[in-house]
Amino acid sequence: MWRYALPLALFVLLAVALRIGLERDPSVVPSPLIGRPAPEFSLPSLQDPSYPIATAELRGAPWLLNVWATWCVGCRQEHDVLLQIAAQNVAPMIGLNWKDDNGGARRWLAELGNPYAAVAEDREGRVAIDWGVYGAPETFLIGADGTVLYKHVAPMTLEIWRTEFLPRIELARRTAEIGR
Amino acid sequence: MILRRFVIGLALWCVIGGTWAFDSEAAFEDPVQQARYERLNRELRCLVCQNQTIADSTAPLAADLRREVREMMQAGRTDAEIRQFMLERYGDFVLYRPRMNATNLLLWAAPALLLLIGGGAAVRFIRRRTAEVDEDDTGSGAGRA
Repeated sequence: MWRYALPLALFVLLAVALRIGLERDPSVVPSPLIGRPAPEFSLPSLQDPSYPIATAELRGAPWLLNVWATWCVGCRQEHDVLLQIAAQNVAPMIGLNWKDDNGGARRWLAELGNPYAAVAEDREGRVAIDWGVYGAPETFLIGADGTVLYKHVAPMTLEIWRTEFLPRIELARRTAEIGR
Repeated sequence: MILRRFVIGLALWCVIGGTWAFDSEAAFEDPVQQARYERLNRELRCLVCQNQTIADSTAPLAADLRREVREMMQAGRTDAEIRQFMLERYGDFVLYRPRMNATNLLLWAAPALLLLIGGGAAVRFIRRRTAEVDEDDTGSGAGRA
């Protein structure tokens, strides 16, 4: 009996493990930032360099950080989705313009529409490193208390917005209200 | 003739190709520091092109990470502090040589476990076979000898 059951059990175990492995995307690096305080930054605004955009001012309500650049194909791909998300007015979306050209980035927003409440310009990519960014587009969700709640790597879709972001924003809102 | 030129060209390319570096920054004046810088770069993974270290990669992010390493070294930070800086931002994946932790413990233990299982099975198998052969010997030994 064991002679047949054991190899069969091992085979099933291996098959299940490999099946799970098929579903996973090895290029997605889990972020160690989740559940930890969001890295602070104060960067010049893309539109007006004399106006700083600082994380310290964003406390009190959940907000989104979207890392984008004009050289990033996926950013172009997700742009319409970002506009639709912004139109829902659920949480302010801050853009982090990563290693980009100022004029080109402004033209992009003028032509395609601007989903961002504000855009911070990270010309040297230092803030991006603090946030563990490795490939645009990336979208972070930050809670009212400044904790990183979620990170999505790859173009945003309405499906991911609905299933991953909205429930977390809802939960963050409720816990923030209880805290108050 | 053409073939000979091609072979010479290829040989030259191999020699020169090996010395090309994309790190356009000036080397450290102290060769010890330069060696340390290169060693640290070889320990850190480029997260864009994941099978390369930041020493090998031309990706802009790799250049940025090399800059961070250089600046931290100039600020007098230790190797452990530099590694910690990367770990806090990119997680264990940034280390080209993985550390042992709770998630990959099974992977580290697998060779020993497999050896134990295989060895155990082999021992059992050999014992059983020996016992069978012994039985054969005592049973019909006279006929064979």
